[in-house]
Formats: sequence, C-alpha cells, structure tokens
Amino acid sequence: MVSPTLESDRAEPAGDAQEDILPPRRRWRRPGLVTMAGAALLSVYFLAALASFLPNLPDPLQIATGQQLAGPSPAHWMGTDEFGRDQFSRVLLGVRISLEVILPSSLLAAIVGTLLGLIAGYFGTIPDNVIMRVVDIFFAFPPVLLALAIIAALGGGIYQLVVATAIVYTPMFVRIVRGPVLALRELEYVQAAVGVGGGTLWILRRHILPGVMSVIVVQLTLTLSWALLTETALSFLGLGLQPPEPDLGTMLSEGSQFITLDAWLGIFPGIAIVVAVLGFNLVGDGLRDALDPKARQAQEASVR
Amino acid sequence: MLTFVARRLALAVFSLIGISIVTFALIRLIPGSAIDYRVGTAVGLTGQQVAILKHYFGLDVPIWKQYFIWIGEVLRGNLGVSFQSGAPVLQLILSRVPITAELSFWALLIALAIGLPLGTISALHPDSWLDAASRGVSLIGLSIPNFWLGTLLILLFSTVIPWLPNSQTYATLTENPGLNLEQNVLPALALGLAVAGSMMRMTRGAVIDVLSEEYVRTARAKGVRWLGVVIRHVLRNALIPIITTAGMMAGYLLTGAVIIEQIFNIPGVGRLLLTSILGRDYPVVEGTVLVIAVAFVLSNLAADVAYGFADPRIRQG
Repeated sequence: MVSPTLESDRAEPAGDAQEDILPPRRRWRRPGLVTMAGAALLSVYFLAALASFLPNLPDPLQIATGQQLAGPSPAHWMGTDEFGRDQFSRVLLGVRISLEVILPSSLLAAIVGTLLGLIAGYFGTIPDNVIMRVVDIFFAFPPVLLALAIIAALGGGIYQLVVATAIVYTPMFVRIVRGPVLALRELEYVQAAVGVGGGTLWILRRHILPGVMSVIVVQLTLTLSWALLTETALSFLGLGLQPPEPDLGTMLSEGSQFITLDAWLGIFPGIAIVVAVLGFNLVGDGLRDALDPKARQAQEASVR
Repeated sequence: MLTFVARRLALAVFSLIGISIVTFALIRLIPGSAIDYRVGTAVGLTGQQVAILKHYFGLDVPIWKQYFIWIGEVLRGNLGVSFQSGAPVLQLILSRVPITAELSFWALLIALAIGLPLGTISALHPDSWLDAASRGVSLIGLSIPNFWLGTLLILLFSTVIPWLPNSQTYATLTENPGLNLEQNVLPALALGLAVAGSMMRMTRGAVIDVLSEEYVRTARAKGVRWLGVVIRHVLRNALIPIITTAGMMAGYLLTGAVIIEQIFNIPGVGRLLLTSILGRDYPVVEGTVLVIAVAFVLSNLAADVAYGFADPRIRQG
C-alpha cells in the first residue's frame, strides 16, 4: 500500500490482484504446538467458568471473620481475601462473570460490524461512504478512552460494560469485512448469481458471507482477548462491576490494597486474566495462519 | 509533498470534527436530563424555574445549535468550568499535561530500548530459539494487563527488593528531579512493557520485509560487511513503518496512563479523567476526553507526515 488513502483503507491489501485479497478457502492445516497450547489455556478458562457452578464450593460471598487474608491451604486453595471470603470460589465466579461480559459484547460487535461491513462493501457509494466515515471517527479515539467515555455517560454495571465494549470493537469488524466483500462482489460467480436473478439477500448469504467467514472468526477470537482486557481494566478502575460481585478486575484492585499483607490476593485473579488473554491470542494467531495467512501483518500492526 | 501534507491535514480535521461531535453527544446521553445534574439535587422546581434554568444553561435551543455554540467556545479555548472546583477545565488539564507527557516519554523510551533490539535480532535469525524466545516474551508482554503488571511491580519492589521510594507525594520534574525520576521508573516500566511487545513484533516484520529487498543483496554483493548492511540499509528502511507504529502507540500510552497513574498515584491527565468520571464532574470528563482524543489524532498525523518525509514513495501516490 503506497498511496496515502483514507483511514478505512489502511488495513486492506492492495486492490488489483484478486488472489491477494481473498483468503484461500478450505486450506486447513493441522494446528501447531503453539495453537494447541492456546487451546489448552482456553480449556482451563472455560472449565473454570463451568466449575463455578459446582454445588459444594465455598460461598464466594460468605464473609468469615477470624480467617481474613489467609494464604493457600487445603481448606482454601487460593487463600481468603480481606473479608475472609474463599478466593478460589471467587476466582471461578470471576471467570464466569468475565465470560458473561465478553461473549455477548464480542458477538454483538461481530454481528453488527459484519452487517455494516457487508452493506458498505456490497452496496458501495452512499452507504459505503456514510458507514466508513462514521467508522473513521470511532477509529480516531483510542479504544479504552472511548470505552471510558461511554461508561462515563452510561454509568457502571454489567449491561453498560457489554454495550461499551461492543461499541468499541464494532468498527474493526466493519473494516475487516468490507475489504474482502468489495473484491468478492466483482468475482465471476457472484456476477453470475446476480445475472441469473438471485435476490440480494440470498447472494449475500450464499456467496459473500462464506467468503468473509474466516476473517470474522479470527477477528472474533482476538476481540475476545481485547474485550477481556478492556472489561477488567474498567472494573479495576471502579467503573465496571461493583463489589461484592467478584469481577477479576475488581478483585485485583481490592487485593492490591492488601498486597503487602497477602501477596496471593494480587496474583490469582491476574493469572486467570493472563491465561484467558494468552489463550485467545494464541488460538487467534493459529486460526489466522490456518485460514488467512495474508491478514497477519495488517492485524499485527494494531494494538488493542 | 505539499499536497500530501494537505490531504493528511484535511483528514485530521475531519477526524477532529467527528471526535467533537461524538464527545458532545456522549455527555448529553447521560441518564436524567442535563438540568438534573447541573442543578444538583435541588428538587421541587416549578415548571417556570426549570424553563429559566434551561435558558440560563442554553438548553432551550435545538441540539445542533447547542453543538455550534459549544464548539465555538471550545475553539476559543473555553472548555467550561469544573463542577467541583470551579476552575476552568482547560487550565486544569494543561497543568497536568507535562506529568503525563513525561510518563509517556519514558514508557516509549523503554519500549524502544526493548522492542527494537529484540525485534531486529528475531528477524535476523528467524525461527531460531532466539526468535522463539523473544516472540514468546512479546506475546506474554501483550497478554499481561498493565494494571496487573503495575500491581506486581509494586509487590516486587515494595516487599522483595525495597529500593524505590513509595507512598510519597508526587514530585514534579522541576520540584525535585531525582525523586521525580525514581517515581517514574516503575510506572514507565508498567506502561512501556506492553508497547515493547508490539514494537518488537512490528520491528521483526519490518526488518524481515526489508531483508528481502534487492538493495540489501546489492550492498552485500559489493562487499559491505553484514553489520554495516544491517545498520545502514536494513534498519534505516525498517524504521519507517516503526515510526508509524510509534504514532499509533500514543493512543495506547495516553489511555494506559489512566490506569497506571491511578495505581502509582501520579496526578496526570489520566487521573484527572478518572476522578472526574467517578465524581460526575461532566465538564471535566468532556474536556479531558476531547483533549486526549485530539492528542491521539495529532500524534497520528505527525507520524504520517514523518513517514511521508522519510519515504518518497508514500507521498507521491
């Protein structure tokens, strides 16, 4: 990409050779060791969320005087916090709560972003210009700043977190879907489908969407990791979920006040976050290499 | 070159207008009418009193008109006054800019000092154990949330190796340079390590791209020593995309500062934003968001223009 172009064109491959633009389809290679490690980390993360439903765990909200700030022991595997609450149950519940935020918000971003990207790329001209200029404006904000501003307006809480994170990561989906759609639209089989009188919706679903699916899946995986970082950061700042709800970010900010008395409080919730983020990143990278090697550089250039 | 700069500038102006509209709209999205938060908790106002207040605060005109009045004031440097302290918002922000700028500067320096050498070494020995190790380190750096890194650094340096002063009030660079630098070490490290990770990835990619260029082969063929080729030809060209990344990092540094300043008790712009959000001091929230976003757009603009100066191919297109 040599010419200076609008922001929205920056992440896209050069426009003349179609082979360069389209991800090669059905070229699945065996996942490498690194991807498998990522998948293993994610399994731990999802199992932890499931384990929070186990009936015989200590109550994560039960305050116990006399056993505050205890280190790990057979009774409390990760010790207890400043109120004597069992840290292990709290981390498990925190993992589940983080999923309750990042899954809906990332899916929302993916669905809205894909729809807008399809409209912009397929219909071109006016819809394209309107959508992409709005996307440009959202890209002009650093992501976390945008999330902070939205939370400042909406207030804290789980729904507000979902909405804020979804808004922040929607524009990336629009941009990443629009590029390949522009190219797919010109391909012969799509033109043929138009020629035989196929309806627009049918063409979009049958011929266009499958062509961009791999890009969307990769982007979704990476978005989950960014969303988790954003969600926990907002909660850490006291702008997300409020105590006593054990959000991983909230737990770290509470724990950091007692960190000189009991270092474990500042360690386990952090490990839980890193396991998940690392897992999503590794699996995302692996999926991208398997499905869409060309997109790698464009995405590596962006940080959260 | 002039048309290139002009086009970039036009784009930046477009972004700035968009940012101002979004910021203006967001603050007016606040649940409850604007009146409620401006008159505070006063209840039992008659309809007439509300109308007078609306007129007083300029809320009785259409929203688009309100925007133009507001942006006119902003352009004259009037960002309103803080609900809490009554001080002009612009003055509040400007007094804290040097503190955040200093922190971001050190963080960027740390990121460059780690990211550039690691990325170059990785690229020169692709797929070696060195490459694998530095890529692993960069991935972990990117996956550790900076607020946890900050907490861990405090833990490490307050209990295990107690070298650095903590729990002292912040000293600015002019008040007490020595103490100020000591106080900046940990926050800059916490802020810079994540940027180092992406800087390393970016450098690696850029150096690998340049290594396959013909002029590198030519330089080698005419007998330039390998180290000379790397320094004079490869790094010099690879630096160009790295400049752009550094520009994009500005956004990360500015918002990362919100978190890091909170953890390390640094009275910068980020902390101002957070306290104003928590204290519902909306004029300060609005002003700070605007200033940070404008700084982000301008640093991207600066990086793009620098890119154009460094690489003639960019500005011709």
